[in-house]
Amino acid sequence: MAPENQKTAFATVGTTSFDALVDQLISKDFLQTLHEQDYQRLVIQYGRGITEPQSRIVHGVEVRAYRYKPSIREDLENADLVIGHAGAGSVLETLTLNKRLLVVVNETLMDNHQAELAEEFASQGFLHWTTVSKLPTVFPALDWRNIKKYQPGKPELFAQYIDDFFGI
Amino acid sequence: MLIMFLLLLVGSVSFVIFYLMHRTIHFFVFQRGHPAVHRDFGTRPQKVMVILGSGGHTAEALCLLERMDPEKYDPVVFVLAETDTTSEAKVRATNRKSLTEIKLLKIPRSREVRQSWLSTAWTTFYAIIYAFPVVYREKPNMILCNGPGTCIPVCLVAWFFTVIGYHRSILTFVESICRVKSLSLSGKILYFIADIFFVQYEGLSKKYPRSVFLGRLV
Repeated sequence: MAPENQKTAFATVGTTSFDALVDQLISKDFLQTLHEQDYQRLVIQYGRGITEPQSRIVHGVEVRAYRYKPSIREDLENADLVIGHAGAGSVLETLTLNKRLLVVVNETLMDNHQAELAEEFASQGFLHWTTVSKLPTVFPALDWRNIKKYQPGKPELFAQYIDDFFGI
Repeated sequence: MLIMFLLLLVGSVSFVIFYLMHRTIHFFVFQRGHPAVHRDFGTRPQKVMVILGSGGHTAEALCLLERMDPEKYDPVVFVLAETDTTSEAKVRATNRKSLTEIKLLKIPRSREVRQSWLSTAWTTFYAIIYAFPVVYREKPNMILCNGPGTCIPVCLVAWFFTVIGYHRSILTFVESICRVKSLSLSGKILYFIADIFFVQYEGLSKKYPRSVFLGRLV
């Protein structure tokens, strides 16, 4: 991790679009909040979104953005905070790297069962979650001290069960 | 002459219907969840077909596959939707050993996100037609899927081959980790025909007695 005053936030929306979140992130107010929280960089992976954030420096926060990369691993590793959508892939990858994760749920998606995962993991203390409209008020007040270390699942139990089933 | 022909037609159609009914009942009573009954599976390595899908399905499926012993499960083939642009890179980055040659089979998507239900019926039918030659050629011993839209046509075709006695595939369904309170549509459908049906939350396992719950798997 970078020194305390050079923190990096990484936002990812996965393979879909989530313009409401991206618009919120690049608003002057939010960048000001990031600056107050000692963040110096904000990297945004904005997927299929219409909003194309420009590279620039606002309130001392350097904004960089791209649509896709074959792997977002490097950006996750370099981040002090990950702001993600509720997609299981990015949630698990971020938590496996033991990064602070704030999941922003897309309220406009119908049948948004993905919020279930964020809600469940938040109740187990692995992450924080919020909605786009609540982000500006929730973000500065987040308490990261009581976030628990992520407990990964046990795929070996699955493999064992299948072995027993086939008898091999 | 015409009457003879009609009788023959009615006779053969009802024979086929009764035969399929018999085989279907046979499947539910004797085959579902029992691999050894017909000694279809020896101790040789089992061929696995993994069904991928964007939106976290691929990552979850690969996580499970990586734990399956390459000496027991080999070869592995992958099925993905034609429009899936992200899964291939993830497969190529997998840690699974002995995956020297990666075989990716593409079929049309049976349902896009936000597609209407009426047109879904048509695209699913179309995808089933495409899935036939894929399953026919590959003849997997086991199909591993966790709920992407593409798994429905593939699993239905594999189930059909099992029911008619052509080729037995063990259907293994692992409900996605995002499904905390309810099953996905794929899960609701495949619950009836899957040989092994995993859920990852205790609440779900209580709602679905056939399911296997071993804690969170991924």
